[in-house]
Amino acid sequence: MAKIIVDGVEVDVPAEYTLLQAAEMAGAEIPRFCYHERLSIAGNCRMCLVEVKGAPKPVASCAWGVRDCRPGPNGEPPEISTKSPTVKKAREGVMEFLLINHPLDCPICDQGGQCDLQDQAMAYGVDSSRFHENKRAVTDKYLGPLVRTSMNRCIHCTRCVRFSAEVAGVPDLGALWRGEDMEITSYLEKALGSELQANVADLCPVGALTHKPEAYHYRPWELTKTDSVDVMDAVGSSIRVDSRGREVMRILPRVNEAVNEEWITDKTRQIVDGLRLQRLDRPFVRENGRLRPASWQEAFATIANRVKGTDPKRIGAIVGDLAAVEEMYALKLLMESLGVTNIDARQDGSVLTPVYGRGSYLFNTTISGIEDADAILIVGSNPRIEASLVNVRIRKRWRAAPPPIALIGEHADLTYPYEYLGAGPETLSELASGRHSFIEKLRGAERPLIIVGQGALSRPDGLAVLSTVAQLARDVGAVKDGWTGFSVLHTAASRVGALDLGLVPGEWGLNAQTMVQGEVDVLFNLGADEIDIAPGAFVIYQGTHGDRGAHRADVILPAATYTEKSGTYVNTEGRVQLANRAAFAPGEAREDWAILRALSDVLGHRLPFDSLNALRAKLYAAYPHFAAVETVQPADSFAAIQALANVGGSLGREPFVSPVKDFYLTNPIARASGVMAECSALARELKLEAAE
Amino acid sequence: MAVRKLAPEDMQPDTFVLSPEIEAFADKEIAKYPPGRQASAVIALLGKAQEQAGGWLPRKAIEAVAAKLDMPVIRVMEVATFYTMFNLEPVGKYFIQFCGTTPCVLRGAGDIRKVLETRVGEQNHVSADGTFSWLEVECLGACSNAPMVQINDDYYEDLTTENFEKLLDDLAAGRPVKTGSQIGRNRSEPFEAVNTLQDPTLFDGSLVGAWRKRFDEQAKAAETGENAAAMASIPQEVKAAKPTAGRAIESPVADTPAERAKEGETPINPTDRKEAADPSTATKGKSHTEEGARPAPQSSKSYVASPTKDGEAVPNSPTTPEAGTPPAQAETRRDGSESKPGVTVDKDNMTS
Repeated sequence: MAKIIVDGVEVDVPAEYTLLQAAEMAGAEIPRFCYHERLSIAGNCRMCLVEVKGAPKPVASCAWGVRDCRPGPNGEPPEISTKSPTVKKAREGVMEFLLINHPLDCPICDQGGQCDLQDQAMAYGVDSSRFHENKRAVTDKYLGPLVRTSMNRCIHCTRCVRFSAEVAGVPDLGALWRGEDMEITSYLEKALGSELQANVADLCPVGALTHKPEAYHYRPWELTKTDSVDVMDAVGSSIRVDSRGREVMRILPRVNEAVNEEWITDKTRQIVDGLRLQRLDRPFVRENGRLRPASWQEAFATIANRVKGTDPKRIGAIVGDLAAVEEMYALKLLMESLGVTNIDARQDGSVLTPVYGRGSYLFNTTISGIEDADAILIVGSNPRIEASLVNVRIRKRWRAAPPPIALIGEHADLTYPYEYLGAGPETLSELASGRHSFIEKLRGAERPLIIVGQGALSRPDGLAVLSTVAQLARDVGAVKDGWTGFSVLHTAASRVGALDLGLVPGEWGLNAQTMVQGEVDVLFNLGADEIDIAPGAFVIYQGTHGDRGAHRADVILPAATYTEKSGTYVNTEGRVQLANRAAFAPGEAREDWAILRALSDVLGHRLPFDSLNALRAKLYAAYPHFAAVETVQPADSFAAIQALANVGGSLGREPFVSPVKDFYLTNPIARASGVMAECSALARELKLEAAE
Repeated sequence: MAVRKLAPEDMQPDTFVLSPEIEAFADKEIAKYPPGRQASAVIALLGKAQEQAGGWLPRKAIEAVAAKLDMPVIRVMEVATFYTMFNLEPVGKYFIQFCGTTPCVLRGAGDIRKVLETRVGEQNHVSADGTFSWLEVECLGACSNAPMVQINDDYYEDLTTENFEKLLDDLAAGRPVKTGSQIGRNRSEPFEAVNTLQDPTLFDGSLVGAWRKRFDEQAKAAETGENAAAMASIPQEVKAAKPTAGRAIESPVADTPAERAKEGETPINPTDRKEAADPSTATKGKSHTEEGARPAPQSSKSYVASPTKDGEAVPNSPTTPEAGTPPAQAETRRDGSESKPGVTVDKDNMTS
């Protein structure tokens, strides 16, 4: 720790802090453009100038360490001033230079109202220009379907270049030419290839990079902001949903150090148009092979007619990937009251069950815990497309000091180098029996981390694979006091919550794969769109979009998406998070729990709650950990892994295949989105090019 | 700086493979840096690739260098576009870099430029036969032999219109040419007559050990006393400053008494003396214009008579003394009392 005096306030800060950080500790605000906490220091905008006592001229506080300051003549702590007239004059000079080439097009700029340059010009700008020459003119660049450019506005802070090279790990962007001619562009103006590319528009302190799909759609001050949580993958990124009237206009990341830092994937951000398109806005009933609009009463009556004459053993329920805990709980209660045990939330055929304890299906290490791991083995997963922000954390860990990283599964570009061990269970068993050289690195590590993905678990021998991984984790000492290096990476936002609720087949119950093959006569489908249902069964689809599930349905009950209801989601770590309502569902669509409550009445098994609060009270009584929002309830992973390791089983020979075939089209909302379709087409093109 | 851009697509070659020599050179360069820092060799490699590609860097060459150094292409592109020594468009067989900085311009670079414009054409364009292209660059550091150009790797100095034309002719015809000075001058020696370094003693060996002799003398002087040595070190003839140094010269002579006396006039202008004696102009002086046309004072508080609302003129402000009144006797001399009612000032400084 080092002492430093900032504007007369003495603070004690770590010596490796920069002056800017020290000033923030002391409560002084420093304007900046190029500096960003999560990126490397560039020091090229010069806006953060401060005066250091004894230094002949102002210094850039973002690039000057506290330990680089000299003490006073009698050993006094170094002194800096952030508000002196010199500092103000210096910053005004910098601002004047920045504004020389910045166009005065704020009225037509999408960044207007949320612009760092605009805000800081209020403090340090002057109202007129002394520059009479021509302004610099730069041609706009094509950077793909998500980022719109207006390069005249660029102030060369290089945040976007550093983000793509450092965080995203896809170094597409660069600064070409030099001096006044410097231009930010991608190589030959190709579209950016990162699944995190839209973050560069958030980072841009001016309006040079803005979000293309939302261009000219709103002004930031028109929007109502709602804190929420993302359901596109099982990471559960913290997001802010901005809406205007009934419509969601945009989705932004929220800072959450434990989960997504301050990034979100392009899918999380740009499925906004998918929330409007292809929506189910009224109930439908199939008559003579065609779906026709119906009233809620009609739809319920149709269902009641079918259910009442059916043996509970021939009724089943499957749950999709986007369901919140509340409706899953309501569905579970309803099915229990009907005497149905055929219930399954694992439409992908995953073998994870709550039988072995909560520790057997959580990402026990936690996402921020990845940064402590000193050897990483990934089994049957491509974290870059299954959980991009987990991949960002692994990359962050790799950048800090490269640990040994290995992969068993599909060979893919994960943005960091890794040792490719093999494609399937054979390599895994070789490793588990200690015949592979990588085992030494795992054994040598103090905190080894083994990540097992759905690609290794959604298969007939999944349980044997999981058991082998558990044995491996036990053997290399991945589970011990203070460290749990056994982590399951999920791909569905609803999955952990469903497993917590025990939404797996009960005694003699059928699993999802069996149910859809005609083993049940009535199938209740709560938003499961990734599974094909064989002809024969009477299917009730409760969901949001006209996707695969709705096409196969006999009765459609229109429901609300995650931005239109208040719901609890549990991410892959077991972190309980709340999504809040930012807009209303279209037409006659209702919140899911309310639909199930109304249906239960018609079926003669009225659910014991009349409001969301009553439902939650019951839920929290039955499962107390859902009440602990924003936290991870620790699981007894040691016992879980022992239990798993003892399961055994024989491994197959099929290589592991990632369950995510197309990053941009993993759920009905994304499939309805035009922007995602464009991204998907472009990604396929890039893939083909790379293959050549 | 000239506007640089990438060569258009139809000029770009379809393929580019680093030659085995460059591969070997690259491995040698990469070995200079610690493992994982192979990107440090990028400039050396780009230079070699430019050589191989005929003086410019096609896109494929940039990609080849990136692949060799395991770098993202955009990073290599950044370097190639930053440094102006990397040509991104095709150049002629003889690439002429013409120095257009001040010393060369003073020595006639303008004529050289005209030759280039007429013979080769526009800057940055390859001549029709592919022999020449030229580019104006900043100082190449051969100012003593100005004007000069660099053609490919060599300097051609002391150019005139005639010898430059001839040089270009020779290059175009493939005749051998002389690098360096084109007027038979040895490097940057004086180019008319040799005036320095002519003392034969410089070359006959008699000065060998001269420094030791000098040191001995100084030591001898020091022996005769510290003061003497100190005095000896003071230059004997102090160089006088130029009398006009720092002054405006050739400016009209001022009307000073000294100047008047020199010209045989009375030291003081009689009219000036007369005016100075006139009591009516003692304090006020004579304005350049008429009395009323005095410029308005800057402050809002006016010291001249201004009309009141009623249209009557207010009397002169009491603070303005009457011309010619000795200041001490002025009736309304300001002493602070006028602004402090109730305070009497004892003007005679007598306490009661």
